[in-house]
Amino acid sequence: MARKISLFVPCFVDQLQPEVAVDMVKVLRRIGCEVDYPQDQTCCGQPAFNSGFWDEARPCAERFLRVFKDAEAIVCPSGSCTTMVRNFYPELLASSSLHGEALALGKRTFELSEFLVKVMGVSDVGATFPHTVTYHASCHGLRELKLRDEPLQLLRGVKGLKLIDMLRFDECCGFGGNFATKFASISVAMGETKADSVAVTGAEYITAIDPSCLMHMQGILTHRKDRAKTIHLASILASEGTV
Amino acid sequence: MSASASRTAPAGEAPSSETAAQKFLRDAATKSADLVHREIIRKNMESYDAAHLRGRSRFVDWEAARRKCQEIKREAINHLDRYLLQFEEKVIARGGHVFWAANGDEACAYIRDLAVSRGVRTVVKSKSMVTEEIHLAPVLEKAGMKVWETDLGEFIVQLRNEAPYHIVTPAMHLNRHQIRELFRDKLGEDVPDSDPQKLVALARRKLREAFFAADMGISGANFLVADSGAVAISTNEGNGRLSTSLPRIHVAVTGIEKVIPRLEDLATLWPVLATSGTGQPITTYSTMIGGPRRPGEADGPEEFHVVLLDNGRSGLLANAEEREVLHCIRCGACLNICPVYKNIGGHTYNTTYPGPIGSVLTPHLRGREFEHLSYASSLCGACTSVCPVNINLHHHLLHNRRDFTAASSTGAGERMQFRLWRAAMLHPRIYALGGWLMRRGLSALYALGLSGTFLDPMRAWNRKRAHIPLPAQSFRALWKNGLESNQVVKEKHGVQ
Repeated sequence: MARKISLFVPCFVDQLQPEVAVDMVKVLRRIGCEVDYPQDQTCCGQPAFNSGFWDEARPCAERFLRVFKDAEAIVCPSGSCTTMVRNFYPELLASSSLHGEALALGKRTFELSEFLVKVMGVSDVGATFPHTVTYHASCHGLRELKLRDEPLQLLRGVKGLKLIDMLRFDECCGFGGNFATKFASISVAMGETKADSVAVTGAEYITAIDPSCLMHMQGILTHRKDRAKTIHLASILASEGTV
Repeated sequence: MSASASRTAPAGEAPSSETAAQKFLRDAATKSADLVHREIIRKNMESYDAAHLRGRSRFVDWEAARRKCQEIKREAINHLDRYLLQFEEKVIARGGHVFWAANGDEACAYIRDLAVSRGVRTVVKSKSMVTEEIHLAPVLEKAGMKVWETDLGEFIVQLRNEAPYHIVTPAMHLNRHQIRELFRDKLGEDVPDSDPQKLVALARRKLREAFFAADMGISGANFLVADSGAVAISTNEGNGRLSTSLPRIHVAVTGIEKVIPRLEDLATLWPVLATSGTGQPITTYSTMIGGPRRPGEADGPEEFHVVLLDNGRSGLLANAEEREVLHCIRCGACLNICPVYKNIGGHTYNTTYPGPIGSVLTPHLRGREFEHLSYASSLCGACTSVCPVNINLHHHLLHNRRDFTAASSTGAGERMQFRLWRAAMLHPRIYALGGWLMRRGLSALYALGLSGTFLDPMRAWNRKRAHIPLPAQSFRALWKNGLESNQVVKEKHGVQ
């Protein structure tokens, strides 16, 4: 089943965690998708939107609509940026002539695990990852996109992977964009609480569908010299090898 | 403000010029690093979580109950004028009095003047956040009256000269040993082993004296039932009934948004409120009061007054987008699930209503001084997921932020940053160059060991977190350098 995909690589993934997008490309190609990367894309506008600067965010949204105008299906390795496009563009562009277009584009934009499980009907992508892993449910994916089971289905399909449940798996890690620096002390305390939950599981890896949560958690884990490492779901799904 | 404004968390001496936002940041930093506090709150919230989950499982369809409550409140708020007048008419017909207070000063003056004219010396209060909002107790004390908080948690924080830590459980931040010490110091009796039952018995003994001495009882209201003109109160300690039936005057003080259309609406709202508040199927005492004692009745007050408080609420009512914030039934569920609240605690907010609902509401009720609260959230949406009346709390935080930046000159620096940011984001080449410079610049800075110093633009991140690893190439560079051409991978891994 060949499917033409346009990659939506969030700006901070492009600049800071390119391996996440590379791994997403591997997974999509492995299940037979044809992958394209519209090189004119930049940022979806979420940082400005969340900070209250909607007039600054709006041109980014309009630009995004132009760049992905002809895309059949748009796939993104972040629940948060997918939320921005699907859930918030229609509100941001409520009184714009592009409102209808925003609604339609939102329906063609998917978070990676959502695309694999719900659109492609795949829960085994042929990955092997012989490690213990615990799962953090990223806020936007869980509560805005309602993705509860999709990432877990994919993790259960990975050979050699042992999934360990985490207490309060759905409590925020404390990232929250600008919140992480504007209210650093609160953000760090939330991250530490999360790191405590991770430590209790004893897992080697903590995974999630949002690279921003993982970036934050890694900062906390490394600072505390904790053993657990973060890894994006796409990177687990891209892993091959023997058990 | 008055003495009551300083009656909040003691957190060291504040410089007098400090703004509410600066104080918030300072207190948040202290509290979120306080591991003893973190542990007390974690324990209390865990027992709440368990009770709340059990409570919700008693409903055949919790989501349907939430939607029903949302519908009831929406109907009430959208026809507030009609239902409030209906409520007033019924109360007056039964011999009660209704006073419409535009703000806290008017409400306090009415109650103080009433108490003075009736020769009131002792006042008992059952739990009411609205009386906290208008700072009623200090006004009555200033007029020479003795005011007793009779809810156990409120009694404890009153003895500590503190504001309530939480809107449902005011003394959540204290353990029994701290309460033993407090009672020993303030009540002059020591309870060996900090036995909780004996601590409660001691408070009960003291409060009984107050109940029998009181001339006036002041309560809040959980709901005002329009079609029957009744004030509905949910309590667990029985102090609500004593406060409203023993003294010769009862004053109920409440916000105008508490009205509901029909008596039968309580059948849904009462259990949903109890479940969200404490996990109970229904609170121990569910009381309805419709007026003063009538001829032939054995008990009840001689006079019954209801004070309906606006205090900024009609401003919210006028705002179609934010109006649903008035649906709130003050259950506290959003506080209990909020990871920010759990780490900074109730007092850090320095508001009557802390937690997510407070962060949404307070800037509307008390002004721009409190707008920082709308930013002090990771927007995780946990609050919205538990709100029993489906208020979209975290989206209202977004709306607040939008409205504040549009009307503000204080965010001018940030606006300039976002204008530059926008200019870069609209030109892929500038964006890519900017990203490259950032990675190179930060790499060089970190190589020199300057991470976290004042030269480091990421210092707010780097002080308590390891810095973000900086890759040599961006994804767009990797794509151009070979990833793109590897268009078809013909591997088979047992996948269709």
